[in-house]
Amino acid sequence: MIRELHKKLISGEITSEKLTEDYFDAIEKKDPEIKAYLSLNKEFALDKARSVDKRVKNGEEVDLLAGIPCSVKDNICIGGLAATAGSKILENYVPPYDAAAIKKLKDADAVFLGKTNCDEFAMGSSTENSAFQTTKNPHDPLRVPGGSSGGSAAAVAAGMCAYALGSDTGGSIRQPASFCGAVGLKPTYGMVSRYGLIAMASSLDQIGPVAGNVEDAAIVLSRIAGRDRFDSTTMPTADKNYEDLLGGADISGLKIGIPKEYFESEGLDKGVEEKIKNAIAKYEKLGAKIIDISLKNFDHALATYYIIMPCEVSSNMARFDGIRFGKSVGAESEKTGVDYTLWDIYFKTRAKYLGKEVKRRIALGTYALSAGYYDQYYLKAQKVRARILREFKEAFKKVDLILGPTAPTPAFKIGEKTENPLEMYLADIYTVTANIAGIPAISVPCGTIEVDGKNLPVGMQLAGKWFDEETILNAAYIFEKS
Amino acid sequence: MLSKSEVQKIAQLARIEITDEEAEKYSTELSGILDFVEKLNEVETEGVEPIAHISGAKNVIREDKVVEYDDETKDNVINNFPEKKDRFDKVKAVF
Repeated sequence: MIRELHKKLISGEITSEKLTEDYFDAIEKKDPEIKAYLSLNKEFALDKARSVDKRVKNGEEVDLLAGIPCSVKDNICIGGLAATAGSKILENYVPPYDAAAIKKLKDADAVFLGKTNCDEFAMGSSTENSAFQTTKNPHDPLRVPGGSSGGSAAAVAAGMCAYALGSDTGGSIRQPASFCGAVGLKPTYGMVSRYGLIAMASSLDQIGPVAGNVEDAAIVLSRIAGRDRFDSTTMPTADKNYEDLLGGADISGLKIGIPKEYFESEGLDKGVEEKIKNAIAKYEKLGAKIIDISLKNFDHALATYYIIMPCEVSSNMARFDGIRFGKSVGAESEKTGVDYTLWDIYFKTRAKYLGKEVKRRIALGTYALSAGYYDQYYLKAQKVRARILREFKEAFKKVDLILGPTAPTPAFKIGEKTENPLEMYLADIYTVTANIAGIPAISVPCGTIEVDGKNLPVGMQLAGKWFDEETILNAAYIFEKS
Repeated sequence: MLSKSEVQKIAQLARIEITDEEAEKYSTELSGILDFVEKLNEVETEGVEPIAHISGAKNVIREDKVVEYDDETKDNVINNFPEKKDRFDKVKAVF
């Protein structure tokens, strides 16, 4: 889609201004129901679009993404535009700078339509933890779009942007992509700078694209990847144009690993299992070699995740103290007539403006890191993480890719899992391993299941070797085209 | 099982005021999650080095050089202070 839109812009068949207006019209029409956007950026977007049109008219060469309208998850900072990360505590926060990924998109002359809804600080799998609104799944408004990047995935699926940026800590790009029938890519840890991404769990977070197809995801990845001096965990990456490497390689001989544990999991929906088995058969027909493998620690990845993540959350959330930015009960003294102490400001600000799930994770992390428990929980989890990493290294000696479901079920109903946090966490079982091991993984649509008269999308996940996005994108591209 | 008073202690450490009702709820929920992560003890980790950085980056260093930002950026930082006096962040007395 991006390439076609680009061609039309260059040939003069459409203008970026018209394209941008059309997207705002679509948002005006659909978003009152879907609720994918938290804020819109109309004037700036149209200004940018017109400036791209002018340059095209002057015959200047422009990037593939120039003038193409996109949306951005609200936990990624765009200087001068509110970034709430779905939290009341940041309701009035306006970031003074651009995230590194945003700066790169600006260099490519991207048009930003607005910021999309997400679970508070990206903590959740359904957008139901957003302090502002629950986004609806465009395929069935009674169901969640997935999360935490649910607004981004819903906006893409409903045609309310050409592509979107999301962030993925345990599946937050891939699971909503799966639920909404979009393509979602979590790059290798260290591929895309986290500078300007409001941190959740720093050793797991990664920014990536949600797109309508694999090529679009590749185009976006090529532009946002790269080393950044503001994020010392970024690694030097080969400067690749992933979109130009698609479809070239022959996949006969490609070795795809199928972990047997993926299909022994109790929670796996029969319909999803069938779609994944069909996808495996399709790859076999295309000439790939299907190899049975075993990931014995599959079952431990989620437990590892639910220690490491809340520990890092409890540390990262310490910055929301009512002192330097965000909401503060201290600023309300005049209104309430109460003179707070410093101690009160910490306790009452955090109590009032942080949501339930955020507090739950802070509490869990604080407990696991507290004196006497560190060895038992965090250190143990980091050791199990080392074991999981080793297991993946061994697996990737035998196979090029690992295939499985993205999520155990299609989109679930709004309200279905809000009462039991542990049940909600199980929605992440197939996706968290990629974050634990730092490997890249993509979710690609592989069919739909009819439930209650609606066709719900199912996503297939392909995980690859560290910094080998090329292989997963290519395999996903060939699957999509066949 | 985490008791209510243990939950209150955790909340103190995390600087979050919680009600008695919340403490009760968290005690059940957190205990459920802690039971779930008990699974980790099934994994033998004798002699395993814990992960420090997943893609193996080590000691990334740069020159310690001050970079001046423009006034607009500085103003934008200051505008985010919840309470300010002139261009200062206003904070309650520490002692």
